Amino acid sequence: MGASQTRSEHKYQDLADKTGFSLEQITNLHKRFQQLSGNEDTLSRQNLDNIPALANNPIRNQIIEAFFDKRNQHQDEVGSFNEIGFEQFLMVMSHFRPPTLKTTEEEKEALRKEKLRFLFNMHDTDNDGTITLVEYRKVVEELLSKSGAIEQETAKAIADAAMLEVASTNVPDMAPDDFYEGITFEHFEQILKGLEMESRMHIRFLDVDTTTMRCGKSTS
Amino acid sequence: MDLHISRRTEVLLVVFILFSLLYGSRGEIPPKPTGGVTIVPPVKPDGPQAFPDAEKANLPVFTMDYPRIQIPFEITLWVLLASFAKIGFHVYHKITIWVPESCLLISIGLIVGGIMHSVHEEPPAVLSSNVFFLYMLPPIVLDSGYFMPTRPFFENIGTVLWFAVVGTLWNSIGIGMSLFAICQIEAFEVQDINLQENLLFASIISAVDPVAVLSVFEDVSVNEQLYIVVFGECLFNDAVTVVLYNMFNFVAEMPVVEPVDVFLGVARFFVVGLGGMGFGILFGFVAAFTTRFTSRVREIEPLFIFMYSYLAYLVAELFAISSIMAIVTCALTMKYYVEENVSQRSCTTIRHVVKMLGSISETLIFFFLGVVTITTEHEWNWGYILFTLLFAFIWRGLGVLVLTQIINPFRTIPFHLKDQFGLAYGGLRGAISFALVFTLPDNIGRKQLFVTATIAIILFTVFLQGISIRPLIEYINVRRTNRNLDTINVEVHCRLMEHTIAGIEDLCGQWSHFYWKDKFMKFNNRILRRILIRDNRAESSIVALYKKLELQNAMEILDTVSGDISAAPSIVSLYEEKKNSGKPKKKFLASDLKSMHDILSKNMYKIRQRTVAYTNKHALPNDSQTKEILIRRHTSIRRSLRPGSFQSSVVPKSHKYFSLPAGKSLESKFPPTRLSYTDDQETMSEVAYPSRRSRFHQPGRSSSRAMMPLQRLDTLKEAPSVDVLDESTGERGRMGHGMSRTNSSSSNARIPAPRRQFPPSVDHDSSSADNFRNGHHEATAEEEEQQQQQQPSSPTPAWAAETQDNTAQNPLLRRPQWNPKRK
Repeated sequence: MGASQTRSEHKYQDLADKTGFSLEQITNLHKRFQQLSGNEDTLSRQNLDNIPALANNPIRNQIIEAFFDKRNQHQDEVGSFNEIGFEQFLMVMSHFRPPTLKTTEEEKEALRKEKLRFLFNMHDTDNDGTITLVEYRKVVEELLSKSGAIEQETAKAIADAAMLEVASTNVPDMAPDDFYEGITFEHFEQILKGLEMESRMHIRFLDVDTTTMRCGKSTS
Repeated sequence: MDLHISRRTEVLLVVFILFSLLYGSRGEIPPKPTGGVTIVPPVKPDGPQAFPDAEKANLPVFTMDYPRIQIPFEITLWVLLASFAKIGFHVYHKITIWVPESCLLISIGLIVGGIMHSVHEEPPAVLSSNVFFLYMLPPIVLDSGYFMPTRPFFENIGTVLWFAVVGTLWNSIGIGMSLFAICQIEAFEVQDINLQENLLFASIISAVDPVAVLSVFEDVSVNEQLYIVVFGECLFNDAVTVVLYNMFNFVAEMPVVEPVDVFLGVARFFVVGLGGMGFGILFGFVAAFTTRFTSRVREIEPLFIFMYSYLAYLVAELFAISSIMAIVTCALTMKYYVEENVSQRSCTTIRHVVKMLGSISETLIFFFLGVVTITTEHEWNWGYILFTLLFAFIWRGLGVLVLTQIINPFRTIPFHLKDQFGLAYGGLRGAISFALVFTLPDNIGRKQLFVTATIAIILFTVFLQGISIRPLIEYINVRRTNRNLDTINVEVHCRLMEHTIAGIEDLCGQWSHFYWKDKFMKFNNRILRRILIRDNRAESSIVALYKKLELQNAMEILDTVSGDISAAPSIVSLYEEKKNSGKPKKKFLASDLKSMHDILSKNMYKIRQRTVAYTNKHALPNDSQTKEILIRRHTSIRRSLRPGSFQSSVVPKSHKYFSLPAGKSLESKFPPTRLSYTDDQETMSEVAYPSRRSRFHQPGRSSSRAMMPLQRLDTLKEAPSVDVLDESTGERGRMGHGMSRTNSSSSNARIPAPRRQFPPSVDHDSSSADNFRNGHHEATAEEEEQQQQQQPSSPTPAWAAETQDNTAQNPLLRRPQWNPKRK
C-alpha cells in the first residue's frame, strides 16, 4: 500500500509539472476519474454519458467529445480517442485552470488563446480548421435544445445571423462573389476579441475532496 | 411661532428664486430676487383666516391659508431647489466629469446654508429619524437594488457579502476600539466618550457610499469584479451599518453591558439580516405574482412595484429587522419576473420612477449635508476628528488588504493589488452616514462632536477622494472590461462557455456557482416562471438577443419602406434614368430621413430593454444608447441611401440575401444589361444590419412583436398576403428555410448582376456596401452548391418556374420588373 502510494505520488508529480495542477488537485481529480470509470484505467464515452449531473446539459455531447479530442491534448495531433486515460483527462481539465496572481500578461494571453482554441475545437468537429455554418448551427441548436419550445428554425436563424456577423466583422471588404466558407480560428479570435476571457472559462479546482462536501457556493 | 415659520419660508423662497434665476436664465443679476421677495409679503402670518376683514362675514374674495399647505409647499420648494442645482451642473457638462456631482451638491448646499445662516434661519427639520428612515432611505436603496446588475452580482456574491458584512464589522470595531483608545488620552478632552458610543460612531462612519466612485468606475469601465464588489458592498454595507447602528444605539443607552448581551447582539444581527432577506424574497414573489394579473389594468401596473417594495420595507421596519435588506432583496427578486410580466411602457415607467425617486432623495441628502454643515453648531475637537479621519483611512485600507488575502484563494479570479487599491480608495462616506449621525438620539452626550466628525469625514472623502479617484484609477491602469459587446456570437459563446464550465464541473464532481446556477435555472424554469409569469415560456438569452436584433431588423425594414413611400411616385418614372445616373435624389433623402426619424422615435421608447448592463446611480440606463443608435442609424441609412436611390420599393426579405452569393456566381453568365436597383437597394438596407444590429440594445420581447412592423409594412406596400405569410412564419430564416426557399432565392440570385455595372455607386458608400457584400457570404455550402448546380445547367426552366413562383410568392421583389427586362 505504502509503495503504491509513493509510486502514484511520483506519477502525480509528473502530471503536475505537465498540467500545472497541484498534487492535491490531481489526487482529487484522480479519485473522480476512478469514480467515473468504475476503477478502470481508461474512460470511455459511455462512462461520461452516464453522469447524471450532465444529463441536463444542453451541450453534453460537445463536452464529452472535447475529452476525446486529440487536439485538446496540447499535442499537434488530430483525431479522437476511443478511450482516454487519466493523463488525457487531466490535460483537458487543465484548460480550465484559473490564472494566479503570478501569471504574467503573456501567459494570460496564451491562456486565453488556449481557451479560445478549446471552444473553437468544440465547434469544429471535422478538424478542418474552419467552423462551417453547418457546424455552427449544430452547436446553436444544441445550446437551445433545453430551453423549451424553441423551434429549429430559430436556432438556425440565430446561427445564420451569427455567421453573418462573423463574416461582416472579419471580411469587410470581401469581394462580391466571394463566399464565406467558415470561421477560421483567426476570425474566431477576432469576433471574441473584446470578450473578457479572464473571468470566464475557469474552474476553481478544489484542493480538498469535495465529493463529501458541498461548499461550492459560499464563495465565488 | 407663525412668524417664525413664515420667515423661514421667506428665506427659502428667496434662495429658491435666486437659484432658479441663476440656473434658469443664468444672466440675471442678484438684485432681481429681492424683487421676488415682494411676492412673499402676502404670506402674512395671519393664521388660517387671512380675510381682509374678519368681523364681516361676507364671502371673502381672496383668502390665503398658508399654514395649511406649508409642509408640502416647503418640501416641494426644497426638492425643486435641489433639482435646479442638478440641472445647473449639467449645463456645463465637463464639470461633472472631474468633480463628482455629490461634491457640487454639497457645495451648493454650503452656499444655501451660508445664506440661511446669515439670516439666522434654521434648516428644515426633515432629517428627523422617522423622515429619513421612512421616506428618504427607501428610494435610495430601491434604486440600487433594482438596478443592481444581477448576474455579476451573483457571480461575486461571496466576495460582496464578505466585504459588506465582515468588512463593515472590521471597520466599525477597529475604528471604534482605536477611537476609544484615543479617548483615554487626556489631552484630547474626550474621556467622557465611552466604548459603546465610540462603537456607535464607528459603525456610522463605516457605511461607505461610493456613488461618485461608481460613476467613475463606470466611465473608465473598470473590470466587472471590482465594480460589482464596490456596488454590492455599498448596498449591503448600508444594511449592516443600519443594523449595527440600531444595536449600538440600544447598547449605548444601556448602563452596563453583560457578556450575554454580546451573544444576543450577534444572534440578533443574523436574525435581522436574514429576516430582512426573507421578507424581501416573500414580497418580491408576491409582487411578481400580482403583476401576472395586471394586464388589464396597465395604468396602475407600476404602482404595484413601488407599493410592494415599500411594504416590504415597512413590514421589516415593523419587526425591527433589516428593512434595507428587505427592500433590496425584494427588488432583486421581483425585477426579473415583473419585467417579463408588465408591458413595456410600465417597465419604462418603473425604471424612470425608481431612478427619479432615488436620485432626488440622494440629491436632497447631499444638499442638506451642505446646508447643515453651515447651520448646525459644531463641536470641533482637532484630536478626535483628525484621528477619526486617520483611523477610517487606515482601517479601510487594512481591511481591504486583509480581507482580500482571505477571500482571494476562494475566488476564481483573484483581486490584484490594483483592484485592492481601487476597493480601498473607493470607500467614500456619504448620505447614509450623514443621515445616521444626524438622527442620533439627543441623550448621546457628544452628539455634536459626532456630527462634526462625520461631516468632516464625509467632506474629506467626497471631495478629496472623489475628485482624485478618476486620475488615480486611470494612472494605475486597473484592469478593464469591455462591456459593450452585444453580438450574437458573443452571446452564443458566453452561453457555450457557461455550459461547458457547468459540464466540466459536473464531470469533476465539484460544485461551484455554475452548478448552483444551473440548478437554480432549472428550478426557475420549471416552477417559478410557471407560477409567476404570464407568458411562461422559458427564453434563452441567445433567443432574447436574437429577437432583439430581429426587432431592429424589422424596424429598419419599416424605415426603408416608409422612405420608399415618400419616394414612390417617382419610382416608376425614374426607374430607367436612375440606372444610369446612379445618383440618389437629394430631396428624397431629406424627407426620407425625416420620416425615418419619426418612425424611429415613435418606436424607440416602446422597446424593452432587457438587460441593464451597468447603471449609473443617477442615469437611466438606456438614454444615451438610444441616442447613439439613432445617430448611427441615421448615418447608416444615409449611407445606404446614397448609392441606391429610392425607387426600389422593395421590402427587404431577410431570407433573400442568402441567395446572393449564388447570384454573384451567375453574374458572369448574364451580361449585366438588365439594370435593376431593386436588389441593390434591398440587400443594402438589409445587409447593413449586422453592423448595426450589435448596437441595438433594445430587445423585442417576442418575435410576434418584432414582426409587427413587417405586417404593417405589407399593407403599405400593397403587397398581398403571401408576404405576410412569409414574415409571420416567425423567424425569417436568414438563409435557408430549406428547400422551399431555395427556389426563390436562386431566382433572386440573378438580380445582383446590375451591381456589377455600377461599381461606383456601390463602392462609394463604403461601409454599407461592405456589409452588403458580406451578407451574401453566409450562404450555406449546400445551398450554394444547389443553386450553382441548378442554375447553370437549366436556367430557363428554373426561372420560368420561379418567375411565377416568385411573383406569386413574393410580390415585393418586383419580379415583374426585371422579368421583361431580361428578355
